[in-house]
Amino acid sequence: MIKVLQQLQRRTPLGWLQLTHHKSRLFVAISGIAFADVLMFMQLGFQASLFDSNTRIRRALNADIVLVSPKAKNTQNLSTFARRRLYQAMDVPGVESAHGFYSQTINWKNPQTRQDNPLQLIGFDPNYPAFNLPEVNQQLDEIKIPDVVLFDRKSRGDYDQVITQVSENNWVSTEAEGRKITVKGLFSLGASFGTDGILITSDQNFLMLFPRRDAGSVSLGLIQVEPEADSVIVAEALRSHLPEDVEVMTIAEFIEDEQKYWQEESPIGFIFTLGTAMAFIVGVVIVYQILSTDVSAHIQEYATFKAMGYRHRYLLAIVFEEAIILAFLGFLPGFILPIGLYYGAAKATSLPIQMTLIRAITVLILTMIMCIISGAIATQKLQSADPADMF
Amino acid sequence: MMMTDSYTPVLSIKHLDHFFGQGEQRKQALFDINLEINAGEIVIMTGPSGSGKTTLLTLIGGLRSVQSGSLKFLGQELCGATSKQLVKIRRQAGYIFQAHNLHGSLTALHNVRMGLEIHPQYSVKKMEEMATHILQEVGLGNRLNHYPDNLSGGQKQRVAIARALVNHPQLLLADEPTAALDSKSGRDVVTLMQRLAKEQGCTILLVTHDNRILDVADRTVYMEDGILKSNQLAPTK
Repeated sequence: MIKVLQQLQRRTPLGWLQLTHHKSRLFVAISGIAFADVLMFMQLGFQASLFDSNTRIRRALNADIVLVSPKAKNTQNLSTFARRRLYQAMDVPGVESAHGFYSQTINWKNPQTRQDNPLQLIGFDPNYPAFNLPEVNQQLDEIKIPDVVLFDRKSRGDYDQVITQVSENNWVSTEAEGRKITVKGLFSLGASFGTDGILITSDQNFLMLFPRRDAGSVSLGLIQVEPEADSVIVAEALRSHLPEDVEVMTIAEFIEDEQKYWQEESPIGFIFTLGTAMAFIVGVVIVYQILSTDVSAHIQEYATFKAMGYRHRYLLAIVFEEAIILAFLGFLPGFILPIGLYYGAAKATSLPIQMTLIRAITVLILTMIMCIISGAIATQKLQSADPADMF
Repeated sequence: MMMTDSYTPVLSIKHLDHFFGQGEQRKQALFDINLEINAGEIVIMTGPSGSGKTTLLTLIGGLRSVQSGSLKFLGQELCGATSKQLVKIRRQAGYIFQAHNLHGSLTALHNVRMGLEIHPQYSVKKMEEMATHILQEVGLGNRLNHYPDNLSGGQKQRVAIARALVNHPQLLLADEPTAALDSKSGRDVVTLMQRLAKEQGCTILLVTHDNRILDVADRTVYMEDGILKSNQLAPTK
């Protein structure tokens, strides 16, 4: 080990010297790698925000176990099941409470632009908070009043005036489903790929807005277990107790289920994975071009080294040294740029997109692999560095 | 072999043949070469282009595998040598090419240092010292940190000589080292090679077309169509 270090110490850092000798070429190389890195960061960032934003409603739910129709696809397409399953659930030992949760897409007129916009309307019994959102729970008395709703201030769209007005206690009224509704409060959840934003109201108000919807068919059942009960065991008991027309999931499984939908069933999740792969391949091609050009440019010098008694693996080391240096140098701008781009994208789309340490490490590792693959392909060009043929 | 045992030639070639190509394309490039070079000798090899001079030089320098006959460099047989042994041979011989072949991204000093780096016994400090010293010897003490692009043709070839000799090789192989130089720099380069080789006790085998430099030789050999035609002591010596 010490011997290897000593050898490294006396070794001329040829890869580094070669790269830095041609400044403009190095700049182009770094830009190319940074470009591939930015692409990967953006794709992975959007993908993470897809999962993050779409599971947000489920993560905010105040429940240990959730009952849901087997036909449900995602939080915006929950389908319905019979409310009596909730009463049946109450029979199972360990269940403390079970409450209905209504959800449906509603067309409301944006008070600011007077345009119709679809939002997700959620209704629940205000005596039993459905969310772990203190801001919502403080305003539950408001939604007990007929036709009063709470509005998600992080909704996507032109709502800035509405938000300012409501936060100054000037209520804003508008129309939805032929009824006049009033926004009396705000909360924060955020837009997702499924919906532009959310309105929260009481179950009574919900049913008034959708008169054709039967109070007996709920979108979700939110179950609290007794403090000493294990929700996994209670969920198991519920599964055997309840008929097949309702699915039982712990809250963790329920969140996972949403992520799985976007990852596997929706095309969007796949598109981002594909986008990342494409960026990776673009990166491999760019780095290969850089490295193979560099090998070709130095092929005579390499052949001379061989004539002097350097082994082939010395030349291999130069190429890989260059690959690794390029990976790191290219990663720096490739990491800094997306921080700004994320900020811009988050503003434009109202989606949660931020740089995370794990993603930075992932992309760094991908960049290293990318450069090493390119280096491995570029080393084939070294075969022609044969002093006997060259001189 | 006629002489006493105490005397070993640096290079001893016997019945060396060499072929290029395979099957019907197979073409003989060297025919029954016999040549001995003694320590400290300066031998110039001349002959028309395509006569096999460079081929012979690459065989001696371990850049090519010897196919048949015998080629002994410092007593080691190169015929049938493994690629590992060939690498060892290359490290014991200095090679000067027609083009200087210096590394463009390295300074003169660093280029010369590359000639030492293959030998693990030298420390960084020692390498710097030796490289500086030999560059001073070739008259480039004030050009140590110049890149090849900022040196003239003759200066570059002098750096190449320094690189080949810095490690005190037993044998210096030079393939038309003056071809790319004007007559004055060419002359200087050859004189320099001759002086350093004499100082170090190094043997030189020099391939050239350049008639103006023949006088530095102790012996000239003439090659034509892959056959060594004449092998004579220089008349002036």
